[in-house]
Amino acid sequence: MIVPSETVVELSRWQFAATALYHFLFVPLTLGLSFILAAMETVYVTTGRVIYKEMAQFWGKLFAINFALGVATGLTMEFEFGTNWSFYSHYVGDIFGAPLAIEGLMAFFMESTFVGLMLFGWDRLSKAGHLSVTFLVALGSNLSALWILVANGFMQDPVGATFNPVSQRMELTSFFDLLFSHDAQSKFVHTSIAGYVTGAMFVVTISAWYLSRGRHVEMARRSLRMGALFGVFSVIGVITLGDALGFVAGSAQPTKLAAMEGMWETEPAPAPLKLIAFPSDSEQRNVGPTLELPGVAGILITHSLDKELPGIKELEKRAAERIRNGIPGMLALQRYRENPDDQAALATVREHEEDLGYAMLLMRYAPDLTQATPEQIEQAARDSIPPVWLTFWSFRLMIGLAFLMLIYLIAMATFSLSKQCAAHDFLLKISIWLLPAPFLACELGWLTAELGRQPWTVYEKLPTWISASTHSEAYLYFSLIGFTLIYLVFIVIEMFLMVKFIRQGPAGYGHGLAGGGSGTIQPVLSAPVRHEEA
Amino acid sequence: MEVYIVLKVVWWLLLGILLMGLAIMVGMDMGVGTILRYVGRTDGERRVALNIIGPHWDGNQVWFILGGGAIFAAWPVIYATAFSGLYVVMLLLLWTMIIRPVGFEYRSKLPSVAWRNAWDWGLFVSGFVPMLVFGAAMGNALQGFPYHFEWNMASVYTGSFISLFNPFAILAGLLSVSMSIFMGAAMLMNRADGPLFERSRKLLVLSGPLALLLFSIGGIWVANMQGYTLSGATPGAVSNPLDPRVVVESASGAWLTNFRAIPALWLLPLLTYASVVLGTLAGRAGKSHFAWWMGALAWIGILGTVGVAMFPFMMPSSTQAAHSLTVWNASSSEHTLVWMSLWTAVFVPAILAYTSWAFWVMRGKVSTEQVENDEHAY
Repeated sequence: MIVPSETVVELSRWQFAATALYHFLFVPLTLGLSFILAAMETVYVTTGRVIYKEMAQFWGKLFAINFALGVATGLTMEFEFGTNWSFYSHYVGDIFGAPLAIEGLMAFFMESTFVGLMLFGWDRLSKAGHLSVTFLVALGSNLSALWILVANGFMQDPVGATFNPVSQRMELTSFFDLLFSHDAQSKFVHTSIAGYVTGAMFVVTISAWYLSRGRHVEMARRSLRMGALFGVFSVIGVITLGDALGFVAGSAQPTKLAAMEGMWETEPAPAPLKLIAFPSDSEQRNVGPTLELPGVAGILITHSLDKELPGIKELEKRAAERIRNGIPGMLALQRYRENPDDQAALATVREHEEDLGYAMLLMRYAPDLTQATPEQIEQAARDSIPPVWLTFWSFRLMIGLAFLMLIYLIAMATFSLSKQCAAHDFLLKISIWLLPAPFLACELGWLTAELGRQPWTVYEKLPTWISASTHSEAYLYFSLIGFTLIYLVFIVIEMFLMVKFIRQGPAGYGHGLAGGGSGTIQPVLSAPVRHEEA
Repeated sequence: MEVYIVLKVVWWLLLGILLMGLAIMVGMDMGVGTILRYVGRTDGERRVALNIIGPHWDGNQVWFILGGGAIFAAWPVIYATAFSGLYVVMLLLLWTMIIRPVGFEYRSKLPSVAWRNAWDWGLFVSGFVPMLVFGAAMGNALQGFPYHFEWNMASVYTGSFISLFNPFAILAGLLSVSMSIFMGAAMLMNRADGPLFERSRKLLVLSGPLALLLFSIGGIWVANMQGYTLSGATPGAVSNPLDPRVVVESASGAWLTNFRAIPALWLLPLLTYASVVLGTLAGRAGKSHFAWWMGALAWIGILGTVGVAMFPFMMPSSTQAAHSLTVWNASSSEHTLVWMSLWTAVFVPAILAYTSWAFWVMRGKVSTEQVENDEHAY
């Protein structure tokens, strides 16, 4: 049997991670900023105050610069499953392809068609017409996220599908189970709200930067207030829904959870939460000091006091068991493939169906399963644990950033609402340095979710190593270098344009109202809203 | 079982419709990219051309994305086998297509001449190369791809990258490029005046007959090339390309089998001829809206001709004919096809409706002054 080489699998993983993380720099901002644009325009349409139209147009320009790269890099994602993960695409395409296609039909078509009208239609549509178009863009981008995360949810927790030995792939059994998978739904809300946080942080930090320089004050003050309020609610939402996601992962993906928590041993319920630990993947223990909160992890994850969370070493033992159970199933499948009339083989396949994925985990070391040794089984079982150190710290950094943003956004919302607040010059000045925080948090969230899913592309059903296309290494070097070069050039151009247009600010609005230096910021920020019409 | 067979044929038709949508809508935008530097001599003229398709290219491009998604959902094994086998070609396609969204959005953001020239060339590359690749892919599909499957359905591709650019594939690629120029020129004529209109008309009148010439040579070529026929299995009895009951035979001229069996199918190539001739004449007379619709019909004729010639084959294997992917062995499960049909039945009409509305909202001529005074223009 021809299988992809170890190097090809590694390079394919690097390429997928790089292109997905890159794409995911642009997506959350689109998700969040589209709603903020819609909110600004709603104020304009309902109150008739032109400054809100200027705001929608200014932030809309930045939105468009970001959106273009989101679309461009999304093209790669749409085809990368086929180009680099062809066995995966065949094995679960029956299920995984459906939400991707529906995303195109229902969401992306709508978003892309109306974004053209949103950017070009200001003079061609009525106020209400244009507002509806803006809302449809926001709705489209969010529905897009829904379907992409339904697809991703299947990789995390493959519900609504079963293996079909005749077609030698997994097939859909229940569309509703797929759509309403707990993982997909909790991840959809968590991720889209993370996008709202990103949009809010973008608007708040850039507005604060204007205010700290006394530029475009009228626009910046209003933008900051809307962004901060939107942001406070969003960041609270993202944290509580992140907890829900942890709860879901706890039952569906015990290995991911154990890695996120650095739990090598099964600890008595309720397990402690490790704030700081230094997991060593090679030694299979936490080295150095550990800072724990007793009982917290057990309560947060199981929402109970008495449910035990299995540790990594115990999960490895369970994996070895399932590998041994998968072997006869896979051997029977091979017999059945040779002779489609062999009903006895088919019955054995069905009997061991649940553990075929584990047998494939072993095939990495023992291509001929009849010759598998206990050492190879142990090795494969050890593979069933994701990289602990990386998962543990990606998760913690993400949460750290979320709480940092929570505090910051609450402070900004309070300042922008209160009229007698003390000096907050300092806060305005440091704001721009917090702009990378939401983007970083989103990337770390992706890393936690997808590293924690390893060694599977489809949890417990299909190992990563067998999912890749059978390419030559040269192809992979070629594509990886090509993507790196093109994406580097594009990010440089994008950042350049972003910075240029942010520096330039909205055309013809807001100059002079503040009166200059940072000393005058505070009264401006807290002054009552004036009703100036352009 | 009966329902399943019907669904497979329905999804073969739907894939055809999606490819037609891709060819017509994305092809038009790419045609504009290809001819941008010729039809627009000044920056103002080029901006007019870009702003004519500016509000629509993004929506149109979703036909491409949806095409990919639909192949994944309805024909997963084709998605897996074709895109991994054509790895380098796919990269060429993606890397050039990536330039387009960025090119449209960023080109006019800075006043520098060098900057704008660079993006204009970028838009040329991202218009010309993808259309060449699409056409070449169709050309290669007619000739069969060198691939086979392992026992577990892992696909193994044994051909080289260079062999994909064989003479017939290049011919098909050029046909697709000339059709895209025809459509792009018609669209520019619809919404531009003056020199832009005149130069577009010149290109339309050239590209129409060129497309017909290439289509005719291709037709003669196909009539004599190695085609495939399926026997030994009743439709629907096979759901796996490794099923030993399937017999695939290849013979020179076999792609005409369906035309011989059902002579009415000749109407499809005939449609191509009629619509290109009428479209070119109309374009010459300045009736570009009519020419555009004729171009769309011509695309339906071209892709329809290829589709029925190959039916039920979708992706024949030139090295292991029995592993060829057909309408009968390459589809998703019945359950998935049912669900996908429901979603498609609801949303494709909606897409057609709001796309038409978007074009209607943006109707009318675009002028240089208009573009230069509009802060939101490309």
